[in-house]
Amino acid sequence: MKKIKYILISILFSFLFIILYLSLDNEKIYNTQDLIGKKISEVEINLFQSNRTINTKELTNNEFTVLNFWASWCGPCRDEHPNLVRLSKIKNLKLIGINFKDNKDNAKTFLKENGNPFDLLAEDKDGKNSINFGVYGIPETILIDSELRILKKYIGPLNIKEVNEIRKIVKK
Amino acid sequence: MLSNLGNIFVIIALLISFILIFFSLREFKTNNNLIPGKIFKFSLIQLFFSISSFVILLIAYIFSDFSLVNVFENSHTNKPLFYKISGTWGNHEGSLLLWINILVLFSTLFLFINKNRDKNFKILTLLFQNILIVIFLIFLLINSNPFSKLFPIPLEGLGLNPILQDPALAIHPPLLYVGFVGSSIYFSAALAALISKIDSRSLAISIKPWVLVSWFFQTVGILVGSIWAYYELGWGGYWFWDPVENSSLMPWFVMTALLHSILVLERRIGLYSWVIVLSILTFTMSVTGTFLVRSGILNSVHTFASDPSRGLFILSFLMVMIFYSIFIFFKYAPKENKQFRMFSKESFIIANNWFMIFFLAVVLIGTLYPVFLDTITGSKISVGPPYYNLILAPFLIPLLFLMTSGPNYKWISSEVKSFFNLVLVVSVTLFLITFFLIQENSFLLNLILFFSIYLVTQTLFDLYESLKRRNINISRIISHLGFGLLIFFIYVNHIFSIENNFNLKLGETKKTTHHIIKFDNLEEQSVKNYKSIVGHFSISDLKTLKSKELKPEIRVYDKPITITYEASIKSNLFSDTYLTMSNISDTDIFNIKFQVKPFMNFIWISVLLLSLGGILNFFNREKNEKN
Repeated sequence: MKKIKYILISILFSFLFIILYLSLDNEKIYNTQDLIGKKISEVEINLFQSNRTINTKELTNNEFTVLNFWASWCGPCRDEHPNLVRLSKIKNLKLIGINFKDNKDNAKTFLKENGNPFDLLAEDKDGKNSINFGVYGIPETILIDSELRILKKYIGPLNIKEVNEIRKIVKK
Repeated sequence: MLSNLGNIFVIIALLISFILIFFSLREFKTNNNLIPGKIFKFSLIQLFFSISSFVILLIAYIFSDFSLVNVFENSHTNKPLFYKISGTWGNHEGSLLLWINILVLFSTLFLFINKNRDKNFKILTLLFQNILIVIFLIFLLINSNPFSKLFPIPLEGLGLNPILQDPALAIHPPLLYVGFVGSSIYFSAALAALISKIDSRSLAISIKPWVLVSWFFQTVGILVGSIWAYYELGWGGYWFWDPVENSSLMPWFVMTALLHSILVLERRIGLYSWVIVLSILTFTMSVTGTFLVRSGILNSVHTFASDPSRGLFILSFLMVMIFYSIFIFFKYAPKENKQFRMFSKESFIIANNWFMIFFLAVVLIGTLYPVFLDTITGSKISVGPPYYNLILAPFLIPLLFLMTSGPNYKWISSEVKSFFNLVLVVSVTLFLITFFLIQENSFLLNLILFFSIYLVTQTLFDLYESLKRRNINISRIISHLGFGLLIFFIYVNHIFSIENNFNLKLGETKKTTHHIIKFDNLEEQSVKNYKSIVGHFSISDLKTLKSKELKPEIRVYDKPITITYEASIKSNLFSDTYLTMSNISDTDIFNIKFQVKPFMNFIWISVLLLSLGGILNFFNREKNEKN
């Protein structure tokens, strides 16, 4: 009995040791770039203006879709907004804005002041849906194709170079 | 020069540890009842050299001696003296030296002031303590030497991380270290007690003061860290369930459990093995915390620059320590067959212990699970407040109830007491008043509020009763009162907190439901080690029509170049008004975070009361021991 006890404890601690040892070499910075090439998961997102939801499956109807996570309280989102307006002029690209952890009135005022580039506006009040897209901070932008595969992921505000990159991909 | 001297002192302290280990082993085998004088002398010499090495590092920081890599990396000539001093422990190497100093200091104090006459017990405690000292000194010398030299000597240093340049944070680490390292003494004493087979009362009396002191410092350390987070991090919160905060909370749970178990042990009613397990567990949790913070496996505001070899060393030490402790425990632990009566003080204390262990398990799993998941499956998750609130909050209710009823039960008795008494009536009345004032709908929240009121009322009644009978267990009363108030104010604060986020330009005004916020002015200031942009905001309360001015800052530190956002907080007794601003690049728009946080001061005071109870027990100890 005593032997078994020692063996069990030894196994437990060897396991703990190995896991913690391996974790020492892990990448500490949260990097979502490895999601590129993977398909986005199927989730229901609430629409902003109504009580309806939209399933990400419906996005297969679009040739290309850009998902942009933003909020009125987010300074850099204001910075990137003109670039989103530029993106909205590309023909075969649909823009979906996901309003992240925001106050509805503030979000409406934001769009009124800066223009609304989005074809569809959704919201993620508690930030839980965004986790499915590997989003942990905003702004973040994801470009997907009609098979819902992630082609590009931009963490932080979009700049003009990245707008041109998206334009190139979409025009191919 | 200082570098060589520091190294020499550390090496001498290490050699003396070896000498003490040698003498302890030799003494353990003799039949002599007295500890030879040379052991006391060597302990003092060890303490002298250990403290001197720290003083040398301190001098190097004060005079900005950049021939030491450590000073070069963490200091700067322009830094105010206060932060030059606190910079000594604001980095891994220096703080490890401080760690070791406290270890040596406690070891010496234990040898000199412990009243236990059992020679073998004292000698063995000293032996285990010196093994720990040797391990950490070797770690310091080969992996984390604060005295490493730099040539050619640079003219200027790199500076201390500005978010660490804060009075609360300057004293936060030393306080926590006393808590963390203080637990090493009862870890060593527990192992020594097993081998030397001392009786339960002697063990209780020997370790109680150390448990109280470490618990006190741990509590105050956590409080100061919390206050720092509230003022400095600019998020308006005071506890984030950040993995590193958790690593200071985990040993606290075990210490609290231990503090209560010792009361049972002191009266020879049982729990000998359990107290030993808790003593070992407390130090294990302290080292685990140290491992998590310093190995860099966690991503947190607190992490020191990470270095995997450092983590590997602490991890190996941790595993060996746990393994040997378990081995000694199984080999020497006596068999106990104690039955506790259901309605006795001791069974309430045991229930308290199980709650503490449950809280520990929840926090430990929440902290380690993401690390394990990432390593095994590669997926990253973050465990945050929702997990802790969901699991911990319901269990606060029975804990508060046990804290209310338990203390009024007698030792070794099974007399059932009626709950229907004046205290309950008063508590229910007070709760109903609170309910009408707050009008909170959540059932769980209301239950927690009720039971915290119940605990506070009962404790105040107890205070009145014991004043009347002149038999005051003031430490328990103050601590439990503090805890009841803490839970009450945390939840009231949670319910009434207001938070608004919006963007403003200079001169603009924002109206929220309760306030009007006007952005009046912007001003640039230049201070010794940073430049700052100060915003002037006037806040008018729509209800009281009173107005106040808040001045949040954006600071740009030059060494190293870092931007910090300083919250402006106007605090009165009942409520804090809290404002932070951050600029949006290339625009004249500022992002404003405005919060009203009621009862913040009451939360701090409650924790102070809680810790005050612990330290009062320390001073009342002698009186209690005679009873």
